[in-house]
Amino acid sequence: MANEVILLDFWPSMFGMRTRIALREKGVEFEYREEDLRNKSPLLLQMNPIHKKIPVLIHNGKPVCESSIQVQYIDEVWSHKNPILPSDPYQRAQARFWVDFIDKKMYDAQRKVWATKGEEQEASKKEFIELLKTLESELGDKPYFGGDDFGYVDIGLIGFYTWFGAYEKFGNFSIESECPKLIGWAKRCLQRESVAKSLPESEKVTEFVSELRKKFVVE
Amino acid sequence: MADEVILLDFWPSPFGVRARIALREKGVEFEYREENLRNKSPLLLQMNPVHKKIPVLIHNGKPVCESMNVVQYIDEAWSDKNPFLPSDPYQRAQARFWVHFIDTKLYEPADKIWSTKGEEQETAKKEYIKALKVLESELGDKPYFGGDNFGFVDIAMTGYYSWFEASEKCGNFSIEPECPTLMASAKRCLQRESVVNSLHDPEEIVAFAFKIRKIYCV
Repeated sequence: MANEVILLDFWPSMFGMRTRIALREKGVEFEYREEDLRNKSPLLLQMNPIHKKIPVLIHNGKPVCESSIQVQYIDEVWSHKNPILPSDPYQRAQARFWVDFIDKKMYDAQRKVWATKGEEQEASKKEFIELLKTLESELGDKPYFGGDDFGYVDIGLIGFYTWFGAYEKFGNFSIESECPKLIGWAKRCLQRESVAKSLPESEKVTEFVSELRKKFVVE
Repeated sequence: MADEVILLDFWPSPFGVRARIALREKGVEFEYREENLRNKSPLLLQMNPVHKKIPVLIHNGKPVCESMNVVQYIDEAWSDKNPFLPSDPYQRAQARFWVHFIDTKLYEPADKIWSTKGEEQETAKKEYIKALKVLESELGDKPYFGGDNFGFVDIAMTGYYSWFEASEKCGNFSIEPECPTLMASAKRCLQRESVVNSLHDPEEIVAFAFKIRKIYCV
């Protein structure tokens, strides 16, 4: 029986990007469906009744929710090529730790960089740069977070790179000058076909954030 | 080479409890080290520099942090007995989903039940019960979240089960009438040998909760 794979997603979502990348890494054919988050489809509400969020992966009619869980699922179902998680239990635990760190810390921290101004924004910028430096320190001199091979943590983080232009514009700072190695890593990831095909243009994301910012910040 | 397993932990922690249970389910010999959270050991700060929190599992000198990450690691490193996660990828994804739900929806309300009062506490109680009801609905008729076997989601929940009595006493409410089947599963889990050996008496946890409540809730 052929696999039917549908991805309910929203184009600027750094979480949706993870799942797109994972599917492409494995060469899985899938149907991408754009959701309007102000008018969620009945299918989204039915497939993710608990959180009502994207991305939702629907595999042969059965939903998998939460991006990091989806990436792990994709790795386990299509286990024949391009392993995403390492095989060693300790290395796996390290990879999970860092994606958990990204999940717990990055989203809220980055949001405050573009959705605030003044003193609150200054404090948010500092916090955000600290997070990026922690990640950069973990990357070290390795080409990817997983070492020589592109993997779980790289997939977990790369989507945020498309939002860097927005952070820099509204935060008025340069991420490259603070974290040059991280930028080098991001550019390396973008050379990968699965990533290049899954990430929107940075300028489009910045435009999107610009509209969004108007709702939160009165200039 | 014999395995050296050390667990840096704090006795009332609902997160530390998960790691203890997981190790005992696998029959792993380990050295339990009590941390004083107001005076963290150099080893804790060295082994978990990012979060500086317990539990930290140190296996042959190498640290694993974050309680459910520790539990998954234990499942994979000692894979010969008592698997916590199912073998089917879809079932595994479902188990991970529910652990994510537990860790994102129960944590704050549970915390606020012992550390706040008045309206804030009432709101926290409502949110807590609401989340427990969602979990109860997922449990359905099964003895455990894992089905017939105590598994990954049950281990995650047992941390919260160990604090049910403390939450009820601090919040002056009762969980059983709201979630009878969840409570039945909780009692089943709390009777398990690995769990009994990993927990202090409920009265001690209640006493601890009231002690810290005095500090946080003026």
